[in-house]
Amino acid sequence: MGTTASQLGKDLLSEYQELTFLTKQEILLAHKRYSELLSKEDRNLTSVPMEKVLSLPELKSNPFRKRICHVFSTSDMKDGSLTFEDFLDLLSAFSDSATLEIKSHYAFRIFDFDDDGTLDGGDLEKLVNCLTGKTEDTRLTPEEMRQLISNILEESDIDKDGTVNLSEFQHVISRSPDFVSSFKIVL
Amino acid sequence: MTTAMSLFFVFTADEEDTVIDSDGRQERAKEKERKKERDRKRRRNVARRASSARKEGKELEDRPGREERRGRKKRDKEGKGKGGEDERQEEVKNDTVAKTQKNFSNENTRKLEQKEIEVVGEEDGDTEEKRKNGRPEKGGKKEDNGRGETVEKKQKKKRVETSAEHESSEEEEDEEEKVGEEKPEVLSPEELEKLKEEVDERKKLISTLRGKPWPMRKKLLTLRESHEFVEKYEGALGKGKSRKLYAYKVMMLKKWMKFQRDFENFKTACVPWEMKIKEIESHFGSSVASYFIFLRWMYGINMILFGLTFGLVMVPEALMGRPYGSMPRKTVPRADEANAMDFAVLWDFGGYAQYSVLFYGYYNSQRAIGWLKFRMPLSYFLVGVGTVAYSYMVVIRTMARNANEDGGGDNNSFNFSWKMFTSWDYLIGNPETADNKFASITTSFKEAILEEQESRKDDNIHLTRFLRVLANFLVLCCLAGSGYLIYFVVRRSQKFALEGLESHSWWERNEVNMVMSLLGMFCPMLFDVISALENYHPRIALQWQLGRIFALFLGNLYTFIIALMDEINLKREEEEVLKLNMTIWEASLYNGTMGANSTAPPITVHPADIPRGPCWETMVGQEFVRLIVSDTMTTYITLLIGDFLRAVLVRFLNYCWCWDLEAGFPSYSEFDVSGNVLGLIFNQGMIWMGAFYAPCLPALNVLRLHVSMYLQCWAVMCCNVPQERVFKASGSNNFYMAMLLVILFLSTLPAIYTIVTIPPSFDCGPFSGKSRMFDVIQETLESDFPAWFGKVFSYASNPGLVLPFLLLMVLAIYYLQSTSKSYKQANLELKKKLQTQNEENKKKTKMAALKAAMDLEEAQKARSEAPRQQRKNNASQQSYTGEKNTVTGHLVSSFVFVYPPAPRGHRIPGPLPGNQWQPAPSVQRVPNSQRHRV
Repeated sequence: MGTTASQLGKDLLSEYQELTFLTKQEILLAHKRYSELLSKEDRNLTSVPMEKVLSLPELKSNPFRKRICHVFSTSDMKDGSLTFEDFLDLLSAFSDSATLEIKSHYAFRIFDFDDDGTLDGGDLEKLVNCLTGKTEDTRLTPEEMRQLISNILEESDIDKDGTVNLSEFQHVISRSPDFVSSFKIVL
Repeated sequence: MTTAMSLFFVFTADEEDTVIDSDGRQERAKEKERKKERDRKRRRNVARRASSARKEGKELEDRPGREERRGRKKRDKEGKGKGGEDERQEEVKNDTVAKTQKNFSNENTRKLEQKEIEVVGEEDGDTEEKRKNGRPEKGGKKEDNGRGETVEKKQKKKRVETSAEHESSEEEEDEEEKVGEEKPEVLSPEELEKLKEEVDERKKLISTLRGKPWPMRKKLLTLRESHEFVEKYEGALGKGKSRKLYAYKVMMLKKWMKFQRDFENFKTACVPWEMKIKEIESHFGSSVASYFIFLRWMYGINMILFGLTFGLVMVPEALMGRPYGSMPRKTVPRADEANAMDFAVLWDFGGYAQYSVLFYGYYNSQRAIGWLKFRMPLSYFLVGVGTVAYSYMVVIRTMARNANEDGGGDNNSFNFSWKMFTSWDYLIGNPETADNKFASITTSFKEAILEEQESRKDDNIHLTRFLRVLANFLVLCCLAGSGYLIYFVVRRSQKFALEGLESHSWWERNEVNMVMSLLGMFCPMLFDVISALENYHPRIALQWQLGRIFALFLGNLYTFIIALMDEINLKREEEEVLKLNMTIWEASLYNGTMGANSTAPPITVHPADIPRGPCWETMVGQEFVRLIVSDTMTTYITLLIGDFLRAVLVRFLNYCWCWDLEAGFPSYSEFDVSGNVLGLIFNQGMIWMGAFYAPCLPALNVLRLHVSMYLQCWAVMCCNVPQERVFKASGSNNFYMAMLLVILFLSTLPAIYTIVTIPPSFDCGPFSGKSRMFDVIQETLESDFPAWFGKVFSYASNPGLVLPFLLLMVLAIYYLQSTSKSYKQANLELKKKLQTQNEENKKKTKMAALKAAMDLEEAQKARSEAPRQQRKNNASQQSYTGEKNTVTGHLVSSFVFVYPPAPRGHRIPGPLPGNQWQPAPSVQRVPNSQRHRV
């Protein structure tokens, strides 16, 4: 642990603490895990490619793992690779003490598959497909899908424009009893 | 500054438009789409100009992202770090708010709705506000920069030496510094005030930075910048001596913050079993983990109860009270001495265990003990009351917090959306669990859809009803049977006890506890079978099941208590008889010694030989302790047999068995969250009930929970499979808490009843010799407090005061409840209003679009016609506002339907006489509609 601490630098560590919802221990752990991801490749790389991040056991079985990488990645290539700071951002948003506001913001961006700022029918369909898994027997029939999406829009689309936007989404989410407790990833 | 910038964009946009317009009609037809966008943009700019752009709070934020992006280059050229910052911020916002054309058309409604939501849900409002603050603050800041620069610069100069190392990062400030150096050092109060405000703002920004959804690089930049700024100017805020003081204060504040952060880190490091729980969370999802979190919470509570009883009752008595063997109540009677140290007896909490600090009977009624003059009986009583009071407080506080998190109100209104958006448990890291989760989510979707469809039709309702009634009847039979069984067993055990325990087998001695544990084990299974008859929805079925188990446990507990009451009464009769015998015995002893030798010193009878009462309190304590121990044992043994052994068998017999054991019948067991939680709750109920008569109970429970934690963690990781039927964790939290509260109430009831109504034993326990246990309070008041205090107390406890106070409390509760109800009502109302308003807005927008389309058509017509006809055209346009049903209007509206009105004033080329007045109405129109929306 001592070596990682010195790698990270005291000032930077305290700044990270100030900017994230993570504690010192968590940041150090994150750094350790991150360097483990990096160590196999050459050390000079500033960001970890998406495939490596996806191999983390915490993300391995998450149906939204690719979306998560894309949302938190700041790389210009749009390849979903994460720098350490992106990684910290990810962990901070998914941490225990993050606010509902920030969690719902990122959840919205994760669910917004086409990055157009609203959840439209296509996004919702992709979302349902993610949630019901890959196998055929768990998939919904087109009829069920249509019904489900129309039900969801009926509930959440307050202004009836056919899409769910961020504030509508946050409105819905903020009343959910489960969201904050389940929107968590812990290393 | 920003205003000027926006004006600049307007003009550039206009220029481009004119260029395109001059290209001719064909060009225009091609570029219709592009132009429409531009139109909208321009309209907004014009509107902003008209409304003087000073209400920056909302409007700046709503500026379309496109414009911002176009302007970015220009700003970047100016090279202001802060400007760039703003844009990025804006961009983030716009990314989420508006990107496509469709979005654009909805932006207004969305804005409105955002505002409405703020009103509807307060917590929402706060967060929205926070998000919005980002932009306006900055706007204001820039303004401040402009004016307050001279001040800042001067300060900067003073501290050049100290802050030199930071300079390089911020161009802007460097630049300003140079300017500032030439200025005179004057610091007017307003400027100071302004500076202070700005510094405070920065500080606020720093503290809220972590709540902003920005990428880390940007947050870092902002943080450093703000830190630097604050550092730079903070010192300048005081003058002369106060300046030093201020700097000192700031330094201390920083130190304090650091300390707080470290303390926070320390606190999280102190939370036990965090890693274990995380591991379970990743394997089994949050619902199983919630059991362990509940267990940990329970452990915390029991730790505190244990601290209270151990520190204030057991230790003082052990250290300062009279030692073992000094008096009858502290000595094992002669008859039991022979086997008082036997393990079997100790295991039963008899022998030496019974005559120790573990039980009520050992405590002496001496008012003050030791050199500390520790008031033992009072402390005993207050700890008993405090234990219960603390438990109530904790449970209710937790419930209230949970209720807050629930958000309250319409729980069913977002049924589908919640399933969609919140059903994935991000903690799941195990592929198997993930597969189960996929399956369960799919089922829940399908079920929800089916429910929606089948909510109307219900086939053969009579049969279902009959079956449900039958099921409930069967369950009632079970409950009654188990109750009778327990009563019967307890009575039998009393008979055995009277005959002497030695003559009976182990089973007969432990019958009560064993029967209760077995009932607790098998009845739930029976209920599970019965509930299959009912054909309820799984969630409802689960709740019924929980309710039935709850009733079973409760019934068993209460039969146990009633039987115990009988026994208490028996003991008390025995005690009366003994009291009589005792006086005879004493008299005979006295007479005997007198008769034998009148000068001999009074004979000291060894305390073990003195006859003593049955001490019903200790008996009650013992019963509870035995119950807890046997319950714990049953839990552990079922865990080992039911889970571990089964897992081992399934795992290893699978190699040589005729069918697949792992996938087929026995399979591995699932972790039964609800059953385990219920068990925990009842265990706690018994602790609360018995803790007054056996101070060792909390200690025992702490031990039990500690072992449970490790044992169950191990068991769940090594021999359980993830649940198929997923029971939501947090959704039921308050359900469990409510159960805990009910249990707490029900378990304090008998305890309080016995304390208040039954006189304590005459020769054991801290209250011996008093007619009631609570007399200890009165005694303390009389002898330890001044007279006036006692008087005040007696006045305060006078029914004339207590009754009105109770009445007041009831009224307050009623008032609060009705206000909360009305808030809920208002909430609903607002929601409705929001919807109607949105619909209205849409209509309005459509109308406006229609009109704009007509205007556009008109303009085209005007262009094509000879200039001399234009005057006429304008006149007709004016009249259009009234009539919308023109054929052309319909035609155009069919393809520019959704777009807001396009002010066409600028686009009409050539020197049109009517142009002068046209922008004005359109300018007015937009603010008007905005006002409506707000």
